[in-house]
Amino acid sequence: MSVQVNERPDEAPVEERRPLVRIRGVRKLFPITRGIIFQKHIGDVHAVDGVDLDIYPGETVGLVGETGCGKSTLARVVMRLYDATEGTIEFDGRDITDLKGRELRLLRRDMQMIFQDPFASLNPRKTIGSIIGEPFRLHHTVPRNRIKAEVQQLMELVGLNPEHYNRYPHEFSGGQRQRIGVARSLALRPKLIVCDEPVSALDVSIQAQILNLLEDLQEEFNLTYLFIAHDLAVVKHVSDRVAVMYLGKIVEMAAGATLYRNPKHPYTGALLSAVPIADPDLAAQKKRIILEGDVPSPIDPPSGCRFHPRCPNAQFPKCRDEEPFLEPHHPGQVAACHFPLEDRAVIETTDAEPVH
Amino acid sequence: MAEPLLEVRDLRVHFPTDDGLVKAVDGISFTLAAGETLGVVGESGSGKSVSFLTVMGLITKNQARIQGEIVFQGQDLLKLPPEEMRNVRGAKISMIFQDPMTSLHPYYKVGTQIAEAIRTHQKVSKREAREQAVEMLRRVGIPRPDERADQYPHEFSGGMRQRAMIAMALSLNPDLLIADEPTTALDVTVQAQILDLIDRLKQEFNASVVIITHDLGVVAEHCDHIQVMYAGKIVEAGGRRDIYYGAHHPYTWGLLSSIPRLAEEEAHERLNPIRGLPPSLIFVPPGCAFHPRCPHAFDRCRTEVPALLPANGHHASACHLALEDKERIFQETVMVRR
Repeated sequence: MSVQVNERPDEAPVEERRPLVRIRGVRKLFPITRGIIFQKHIGDVHAVDGVDLDIYPGETVGLVGETGCGKSTLARVVMRLYDATEGTIEFDGRDITDLKGRELRLLRRDMQMIFQDPFASLNPRKTIGSIIGEPFRLHHTVPRNRIKAEVQQLMELVGLNPEHYNRYPHEFSGGQRQRIGVARSLALRPKLIVCDEPVSALDVSIQAQILNLLEDLQEEFNLTYLFIAHDLAVVKHVSDRVAVMYLGKIVEMAAGATLYRNPKHPYTGALLSAVPIADPDLAAQKKRIILEGDVPSPIDPPSGCRFHPRCPNAQFPKCRDEEPFLEPHHPGQVAACHFPLEDRAVIETTDAEPVH
Repeated sequence: MAEPLLEVRDLRVHFPTDDGLVKAVDGISFTLAAGETLGVVGESGSGKSVSFLTVMGLITKNQARIQGEIVFQGQDLLKLPPEEMRNVRGAKISMIFQDPMTSLHPYYKVGTQIAEAIRTHQKVSKREAREQAVEMLRRVGIPRPDERADQYPHEFSGGMRQRAMIAMALSLNPDLLIADEPTTALDVTVQAQILDLIDRLKQEFNASVVIITHDLGVVAEHCDHIQVMYAGKIVEAGGRRDIYYGAHHPYTWGLLSSIPRLAEEEAHERLNPIRGLPPSLIFVPPGCAFHPRCPHAFDRCRTEVPALLPANGHHASACHLALEDKERIFQETVMVRR
């Protein structure tokens, strides 16, 4: 099923707009083999296991979930860095699931990626001028003699000093390196930028600078973001809609504010209650849903609802035997749970100011 | 007031390098009472880790120029000979680190590593040490501890490894546990489990705890006192409520305004990050080290180093602004977002 939310009344109803990215039934399995010469297939890691998702032009869709929930794999499938095992991916109305060679390379102009680790994603032996200019040299969108000027313009745009064109990545701090990554991703004026944990490795004050930068650029270039992070507060801050993933599936999707006030899936509730809040009174108001144990292995996911072994509300045998599907709750909200949470189950939000 | 467990007086840790003297810690003083939880907050390079590595005796006079006093249970740790320091470290003060993968030895079984720590400090047989190790693993919430003790670190998940590190750190019943970014590498759900565990064990073992972090959110729920560090100095210190509902230093305001609020109604609300980057610790700006990034700086800030002065009770800040201005600006810039 599709998930559609229209939070901004000044725009056409979402149903009439065409999604920029349309994902249907995408699965990605990584085979596990044993033996060296005669490789025997003994199982699969179900990294992404049946995901439908629409991303509309100009919006930011956030993906949250714990390590190993498949959020990065899904992003890489969308980017066509991995081939989907099943399902289709449409980009701008075109089926790109099986694009190859030149076609695929042309597509990459329209979708770019920003990575988590600004230390590992930049080649230490290249100057940042040549790192940011690399997309121009690969795609020939700018004549050679104009590359330097273009690169310096990009550097200025993301808040780097253009005079540092000839410096190497080690001469920059973490936040500045992330700016280099942003500049590189912007070089080809893409439509979609996939941000894979872009601020997780940064200090909070620098993190805020990068988040503001990403929002400014979105406005200026009408970018669409798929924003991945494990920090719900960050994802909620940047995203129009937030999808919560657990063991390869989207278990809940809604606008950030809806998710914060009225999470329906107990896993969303648990994520929400685990986020540290820099306000002791507010923190004291929230009800804790502590999850026991770790995420189960995606090689052999639990039957029925995948969350049932850790779920505080699981009722047997239904949750163990029947898989829940995404069902609508509040406007624009869908959740896959047989026994969804009550409204305001985690945080008692009142409109009154917190007491001091 | 009872004698504090730990009292640090004017501690300075300077590293001589080819580029100049790195003033990682530059004159910090604080006390920590028994049973208290102290949060130390600051960005990378603010000196928060170096201060406590020095308390642990892991930064020695061979590596750095260390001045000041670190009085722990009435003893100045900086004057202790190395072999006596070894008896304090691990047994009375222990530390857990950010990355539980690199702080456990990959070649040895987890139980063996914990038993080794016990046998270093206590005269017990191998079997007794192992029994204690298994018991510790059980107390930190590791299921099937007797089987888990025979596994290697790579067989543990990130959260489990951090639990094993905590088990090792607490196995000698220390009086002070220093947790250096204990949850930064972990998922939020696991982070909540680990912080709750530290809280619970603190009660059980009656220890004092120091939590070092860059995230003001982490310490909001778990610390009694908080000190904020910037460029090797403590710029603000106070009780939890002082900091969250009445911070006095512009750097603390910046940190509080940088965190995306979970409760915000609209997406895309603008954050107010601190402009610029943390300074080099070799060429620390004159006057208040924060003045180049401070939106409220005036002439005096550029020349005169502000002292850490108490405003009321335990709440102290190192800033030249008048107290009324601090209270007003805090209300206008930080509280207004809530």
